[in-house]
Amino acid sequence: SSWATFPSSFHPRRELCFYATQILEDGVDKAAKSFTRNAKTMDLLLAQLRQHIDKVIEGGGPDAVKRNRDRNKLLPRARIDCLLDPGSSFLELSQLAGHELYQESLPSGGIITGIGPVHGRLCMFVANDPTVKGGTYYPVTVKKHLRAQEIAAQCSLPCVYLVDSGGANLPRQADVFPDKDNFGRIFYNQAQMSADGIPQIALVLGSCTAGGAYIPAMADESVIVKGNGTIFLAGPPLVKAATGEEVSAEDLGGATVHCKVSGVSDHFAVDEMHGLSIGRSIIKNLHMAGKQGEVNDSPCPLSNYEDPLYDVNELRYIASTDQKQSFDIRSVIARIVDGSEFNEFKRLYGTTLVTGFARIFGQPVGIIGNNGILFTESALKGAHFIELCAQRNIPLIFLQNITGFMVGSRSEASGIAKAGAKMVMAVSCAKVPKVTIIVGGSFGAGNYGMCGRAYGPNFLFLWPSARISVMGGAQAAEVLAQIEKKNKKLQGLKWSVEEEERFKNAVVEAYEREGNPYYSTARLWDDGILDPADSRKVLGLCLAASAIPIPADTKYGVFRM
Amino acid sequence: FLSATPEIQRRSIDKILIANRGEIACRVMRTAKRLGMRTVAIFSDADKGSLHAKSADEALHIGPPAARLSYLNASAIIQAAIKTGAQAIHPGYGFLSESAEFAELCENAGLIFIGPPASAIRDMGDKSASKRIMGAAGVPLVPGYHGDQQEVDLLKAEADKIGYPVMIKPTHGGGGKGMRIVQSEDEFIESLLGAQREAAASFGVNTVLVEKYISRPRHIEVQVFGDKLGSVIHLNERDCSVQRRHQKIIEEAPAPNITDKFRSELGEAAVSAAKAVNYYNAGTVEFIVDTLTDQFYFMEMNTRLQVEHPVTEMIVGQDLVEWQIRVANGEPLPLIQSEVPLNGHAFEARIYAENVPKGFLPAAGFLHHYNPFPCSPTVRVETGVEVGDSVSVHYDPMIAKLVVWGQTRNAALVKLRDCLSDFQVAGVPTNINFLQRLSSHEAFEKGQVETHFIEHFKGDLLLDASALVEEEAYQAAKLGATLVAACICKMEQIKSKEAYDGKDKLLHLWYAYPPFRVNHSPRRAMELEWQSEITDLGPKHLKLVVTYETDGNYCVKTEDSDNKSPGVKVSVLHLGHLDFRVSLDGLSTSVSLALYSKDGSKHMHIWHNQQHHHFMQSVRSVQSIEEGSQHKQSFDKSHTVPQGTVVAPMAGLVVKVLVSDGSRVEHGQPVLVMEAMKMEA
Repeated sequence: SSWATFPSSFHPRRELCFYATQILEDGVDKAAKSFTRNAKTMDLLLAQLRQHIDKVIEGGGPDAVKRNRDRNKLLPRARIDCLLDPGSSFLELSQLAGHELYQESLPSGGIITGIGPVHGRLCMFVANDPTVKGGTYYPVTVKKHLRAQEIAAQCSLPCVYLVDSGGANLPRQADVFPDKDNFGRIFYNQAQMSADGIPQIALVLGSCTAGGAYIPAMADESVIVKGNGTIFLAGPPLVKAATGEEVSAEDLGGATVHCKVSGVSDHFAVDEMHGLSIGRSIIKNLHMAGKQGEVNDSPCPLSNYEDPLYDVNELRYIASTDQKQSFDIRSVIARIVDGSEFNEFKRLYGTTLVTGFARIFGQPVGIIGNNGILFTESALKGAHFIELCAQRNIPLIFLQNITGFMVGSRSEASGIAKAGAKMVMAVSCAKVPKVTIIVGGSFGAGNYGMCGRAYGPNFLFLWPSARISVMGGAQAAEVLAQIEKKNKKLQGLKWSVEEEERFKNAVVEAYEREGNPYYSTARLWDDGILDPADSRKVLGLCLAASAIPIPADTKYGVFRM
Repeated sequence: FLSATPEIQRRSIDKILIANRGEIACRVMRTAKRLGMRTVAIFSDADKGSLHAKSADEALHIGPPAARLSYLNASAIIQAAIKTGAQAIHPGYGFLSESAEFAELCENAGLIFIGPPASAIRDMGDKSASKRIMGAAGVPLVPGYHGDQQEVDLLKAEADKIGYPVMIKPTHGGGGKGMRIVQSEDEFIESLLGAQREAAASFGVNTVLVEKYISRPRHIEVQVFGDKLGSVIHLNERDCSVQRRHQKIIEEAPAPNITDKFRSELGEAAVSAAKAVNYYNAGTVEFIVDTLTDQFYFMEMNTRLQVEHPVTEMIVGQDLVEWQIRVANGEPLPLIQSEVPLNGHAFEARIYAENVPKGFLPAAGFLHHYNPFPCSPTVRVETGVEVGDSVSVHYDPMIAKLVVWGQTRNAALVKLRDCLSDFQVAGVPTNINFLQRLSSHEAFEKGQVETHFIEHFKGDLLLDASALVEEEAYQAAKLGATLVAACICKMEQIKSKEAYDGKDKLLHLWYAYPPFRVNHSPRRAMELEWQSEITDLGPKHLKLVVTYETDGNYCVKTEDSDNKSPGVKVSVLHLGHLDFRVSLDGLSTSVSLALYSKDGSKHMHIWHNQQHHHFMQSVRSVQSIEEGSQHKQSFDKSHTVPQGTVVAPMAGLVVKVLVSDGSRVEHGQPVLVMEAMKMEA
């Protein structure tokens, strides 16, 4: 009879739903004795669990914690809290690893692992606890580290390693070092994940000795903190024993050495907080643009972006019309990118090349600009940066103002040709949109390394002040004059100073004519000459035009090492 | 051919150019609009996009920031009026408002100057001349010598005759420059020479006058109004005694603790003063009242609408700008003397961007947060700025005038304190806290106002760094910091939730509230620097640890030397934007925050329970270094100051450099002279 009360519009499919939805009945008898008994026992068990957790959260004991704090270092969980988005959750794993496993206590197995979001992107954190046995790796430490990597690989989570460890625990080396799932597997995993495009980031917040040194060295990007962070294969005592050399830890493998000279680390942090904040910004710049359509779960490109802080029109006066006068390419970048924000990569290393991440009209870009002649270090840095961008599908912007690669015997001996080749290989193979603007000189192999016309940039533009040629007119005149002189001498002909001068002038004039932007643009060596003040606008339009196809995977040829 | 007076030839005013800026320009426009008149603003480069320019129907660029090239550029302003077709110019106060030449230029150009006749401005502009005229009209004058003779002996003989203490004052200029108080006969000559020197340097004329010095004076002024038909009335008095650096900061109407008889005597004297110079339009006759003898004397007449005119408007229920326009139109005054009401009591507090602990030095800067008290029939906020505007070094650093009305003086005072406590300004230091102390002072409450009030009660008003008061303030700041920390945690959660809600991949689960930790409670450490607004001590460091409890509340611990504080439980309800309702120990109150970044620090302001605190977080702490700051730093000028650097106590104009390059200076030796509005340091 109740059916009759349904309105005539009753829909048969709703009836279907009615049968499809099956809500479980509450079968628990809360009045039963067993229920209260269970509750009581469980409360006890939970209290016990909390007690254990409260203890491991304290780290390796008050003395070690105090020493840690005196060095301006935080405990690993606090470090992770600083990296996480404010107020977000953290899924910590195996908190009680190492519980009553060894004679000595090993809170949380000496390593904290877990998952949490940074700038809306879930990351796997692996943080050594330096207050627990100096952060050395016990067998269970290795196991916990590997388990975290395993999850990261399964879930495609970028890995953030907060490194502060003395390396393998030497007395237990036999259980830590040689086997398949031992210490070495950590680096194997890093390599595999990096190859699969899962970002590997290391923050060197303390020592990272011996095998530990490979964690930052194998990472895609790494940060090191001045004073606290050190990276070396052997610490000062071992160095002294092996070679007799006496050297401080900071001089041996501190932040300055690795950011300025060796290039083992990419970012220099003045203190731990700074280091952690750089860590956050590295993760902010990670993304799979184009492939996922979204970056850190916000649309890519961002729709709300800021204008540069500095006047775009000033670009007209920054570029020098005299090729011999240099200018800081950062002042150009500052007037091209959103909010003038530029996260520079390897700022202190190979300083004649400026590399870094930014956004243009909300579109993430990697920018490579010249601040002088290319040295071996600059070329290596360029190759590394292009690899990062290709890995993350970040379009590349080249701002060319380049007189070429460094010449001379020292430079040749350092393998500059090899280094240059690496950069050229990286530029050639990177399957991301590339846009080149020649803002100054474009001479010699510099033109190639910096994505000249032959390297297939999606677009290439010139500023009116640009010059393109295989080398500068004066240098070419000198070279040609020397050859001519030799020829004349062989033929027994005299060559007067006036004649030589006339010869040289002719070459200079030819180079001046052929290096002129109008000569270039007339022959379609480029896609046009721009008012420098329009650079940002044109870059935005070019990026938008290039963003249509789904980017292909980048594969490289053999890098000559 | 018709012969007619100019008044009849003219059409009624329907378009007014306001030759001023800031709050007064906005104030005049409001009335003009109400009367259906079109308004024209002028603005300098420094005021591009400012409130007064935006509020006008039309706005015309007048010149560079320096006042003499813009707001004091009479011919450009007259051209602007002609160009836009305005028939009248309202000068506001300051700038050209008391320039007889400007008034004449207007009339010559066929424009109506909304103000008194040029002759009256001229007569009252010269202090000696005005006193002569007033003396002749029977207005009481402070005993003194105002003659042309400036011989030292003669002046001294006059001073002796008046009786000490006496005051030496330059005949030209103002702002207290060149003034000297002489306590006894033997100090006189030295002071006189000093006064003459300073007067010559400041005003180019070194003539002075000598007057009886009134040691406990009150400053009471009478609002007068005249029309072009010859009637003059007064609209009661205002007490403007409470001043700092010879500038008023709090005014009230009517004057407290005076009799009706005294009031009508003052009023009559003011009307006679105005009549003596054939005055019309708005004017103010200032009197000095000797609180020891209850005598009043004429000081000067301000031939313009005063800054503090709103307090009069509040007690007489009239719009004085409307009166000004009607008088300028040639209409008679709307009231006769016997009809002028006196209803209730009104206060005006002037809110300045200034550094109170540093001797009220003017401040300049960016208004990162500006939320004045909402207006109502009993509360008026006269303001010329809005959030995002700058208080520039070029003009007066007044941010707003807060005007309140109450049925009685006490009622108005309660209202004033309440409004002050909720008047939110952040980005520049202000005198709000000082005004709160001032208006809460017992002597002020009793109406015991006099010109030296602030000087007198300095100990109460300008806190020294005495340990007890500091400790009390520190405890209050700690509470403020606790609430800030809890509110910020709440804000972050809301922001994250907004950013990631509704996205796929269940990401929002990671931002559920409270944040989750396996088997323990998440904690958040915060380090804040607290800067007291009252004392000039350096910032104090506060360490806080916030624990997110499972019930969504916060347990906030402040880390002291005794690390054992159990922490307080705070629950936070977000009301919208930066407004919250917080409960602490069962007591719930409203809280407002302001957050902004400046000079590489994150700034946080909190207003709660009639208190305001200001905290900073240095860039080092991680969440405040937002990405990209690395880069900006490389472009910024260094903030570190090398040894031997001279830091200016305020932003201003360098008027004189006293030492040359390479010369040796002694400790305490003046190096240069800077000038900000009405201030020399």
